[in-house]
Amino acid sequence: MAPEPIIQVKDLVKHFPIKSGVIISRQVGAVRAVDGVSFDVNAGETLGIVGESGCGKSTTARLITRLLEPTSGSILYEGQDIAGMSRKQLKPLRRDMQMIFQDPYSSLNPRKTVGSIIAEPFVVHGIEPDDGQRKKRVQELMDQVGLNPEHYNRLPHEFSGGQRQRIGVARAIALKPKVVVADEPVSALDVSIQAQILNLLRELQHDLGLTIIFIAHDLSVVRHMCDRIAVMYLGKIVELAGADELYAHPRHPYTGALLSAVPVPDPVLAAAKKRQILGGDVPSPANPPSACRFHTRCPKVVLGTCDVDPPALEVKEGGNVAACHFPLTDSEIALQVPTAAA
Amino acid sequence: MAPLLEVKDLTVRFTTEDGVVNAVDGVSYTVEPGRTLGIVGESGSGKSVSSLTVMGLTRARNAEITGEVLFDGKNLLEASEQEMRTVRGGPIAMIFQDPMSSLHPMYRIGRQLVEAVQMHQKVSKAAARDRAAEMLALVGIPDARRRLDSYPHEFSGGMRQRVMIAMGLCNNPRMLIADEPTTALDVTVQAQILELIRRLQSELDTAVILITHDLGVVAEVTDDIAVMYCGRIVERGPKDQIFAAPQHPYTWGLLKSIPRLDTPRDQPLVPIAGRPPSLINRPTGCHFHPRCPYVRPECVTVDPTLEPIPNDPTHVVRCLIPAGERKRIWADLKAGRTPAVAAVEAGITNDPEEASDGA
Repeated sequence: MAPEPIIQVKDLVKHFPIKSGVIISRQVGAVRAVDGVSFDVNAGETLGIVGESGCGKSTTARLITRLLEPTSGSILYEGQDIAGMSRKQLKPLRRDMQMIFQDPYSSLNPRKTVGSIIAEPFVVHGIEPDDGQRKKRVQELMDQVGLNPEHYNRLPHEFSGGQRQRIGVARAIALKPKVVVADEPVSALDVSIQAQILNLLRELQHDLGLTIIFIAHDLSVVRHMCDRIAVMYLGKIVELAGADELYAHPRHPYTGALLSAVPVPDPVLAAAKKRQILGGDVPSPANPPSACRFHTRCPKVVLGTCDVDPPALEVKEGGNVAACHFPLTDSEIALQVPTAAA
Repeated sequence: MAPLLEVKDLTVRFTTEDGVVNAVDGVSYTVEPGRTLGIVGESGSGKSVSSLTVMGLTRARNAEITGEVLFDGKNLLEASEQEMRTVRGGPIAMIFQDPMSSLHPMYRIGRQLVEAVQMHQKVSKAAARDRAAEMLALVGIPDARRRLDSYPHEFSGGMRQRVMIAMGLCNNPRMLIADEPTTALDVTVQAQILELIRRLQSELDTAVILITHDLGVVAEVTDDIAVMYCGRIVERGPKDQIFAAPQHPYTWGLLKSIPRLDTPRDQPLVPIAGRPPSLINRPTGCHFHPRCPYVRPECVTVDPTLEPIPNDPTHVVRCLIPAGERKRIWADLKAGRTPAVAAVEAGITNDPEEASDGA
């Protein structure tokens, strides 16, 4: 049976206008945060989106959950285009799509008790109007995410970072959503706590049949969590592949460079590898390079092709979908990425 | 080789309204010229406070500092504030985690670098400016002389961290303390910065203390590793030993709780149960015992000391589990068994659920 897409994103674009002038302001340019992104998310899978800061991964997350309005393009959720919907039209759909945020400190209202934070989704959507019943549901949720239900009346500051992130998870799953978008859910946590939250998300996905869109910059975490992974660079997807394929044979030189840059906690492997260190910084998304946006930093660049002819996302050797004229060969991968399966 | 820095039994306590915070408790280590010591630990383990104390940056009214910090044989803890000013940024330089807030936002990069040079060297402004441009070029900022006139906000995060490194190195320090220098940066930029620190170190023979929570980073750039927990060093040894034959249950926990690229994708993560203890009310006995899956009755009452492991005086550990048993447990963990199974095989019977409360 072919996997069924629950979300289909097509040619999604978000440009943030750059304005100039105090009284008569006019648009002088645009930050092309997301610039023509298309992908499907299958029901029940975890799709990872990785990339460096400024690549548009968080903007993509906010567009899918419609916390931002897209400039153009479509987002089909169960066949319905939500890209142009009004707030009113969106409200019933918000139950199905929830978000977990990066910072467990600023994403919880410091003046509200944990109980009322987790109960908020019920109140907003008018579910469980009975106070006693609602409290029971909230306490069940707290138990489900590994919090002590007796801590119902505590305030966020009484909890550690890991516990706060559990509160955020409880709030996100309160309405039994179908899709959870997790935007860097563990990057603010200590390593020993990070594993607890990752295991919790996996468990909940298994129990509740969640579809997860998992956004992170840590490639090891993404590999552990995701079934398929999209790599973004400057507002575009440069490679999309199953987790095993992506890490075993990255085809886009950018993916190769990212994997090569990840420090490996093994001195023997670390010493054996020939690092591919990218020069320079990510160019400004307000003025991205022509054609292939990676050509200014690419070790395999061929001027005359890469800076003139934009590469299309197409299937490369091994099944990866990549946007590159000169994808990495197996021997190049073996040299740069020591963790790639031989 | 004679150590450049020798920290002996360093203890730092802060008296606060809530009680006495035991931030650092009897920490000792040495660093030789040209070598890199990695200090690993989670937030609140005392890794930053111990190095800030080396720099004399924890001298607050409520701080009580004991022990010795011998730099080149001189005890920095007894140095006056005026003497410390000649040390900081001179023979010992420090790079902080957040490159945005460590630069003054309203002064040009050049002025800040010139100030750092003139603070320690009696040179003209023009000469200091030459030195600043030279350092910027050395850390890989293109068009260095022109960029001296830029403000920090005109630089990206990675470039700002390079400026911080340039500032740290402009007086040819003999020692560099880098406190989470790459934590705020993307992986590709992190790779650039680590490569830079490594290259400069081999060129200038600088001793480096690298503080981080990322085991991958320490594996790539350090020579020796100290693992800190609850204000103490719980394990210390040469890098290869720490990774090949780690001895402390906390080190095992750290190694098994991170997802990594070189293990099977479906290998489950084993989190460390519970959470770091309060530094005000520390657990009795071994401070790690409430989270340790291999806890024995004596761990609750007896506070272990840092002892060398058999046949290797350079590798020390603070743990009551006999060495032979530790070896067996690590072999089990390495083979993919869970801590609970490994504990039972080692003949330790206790309820692991007890320790997994909270998080």
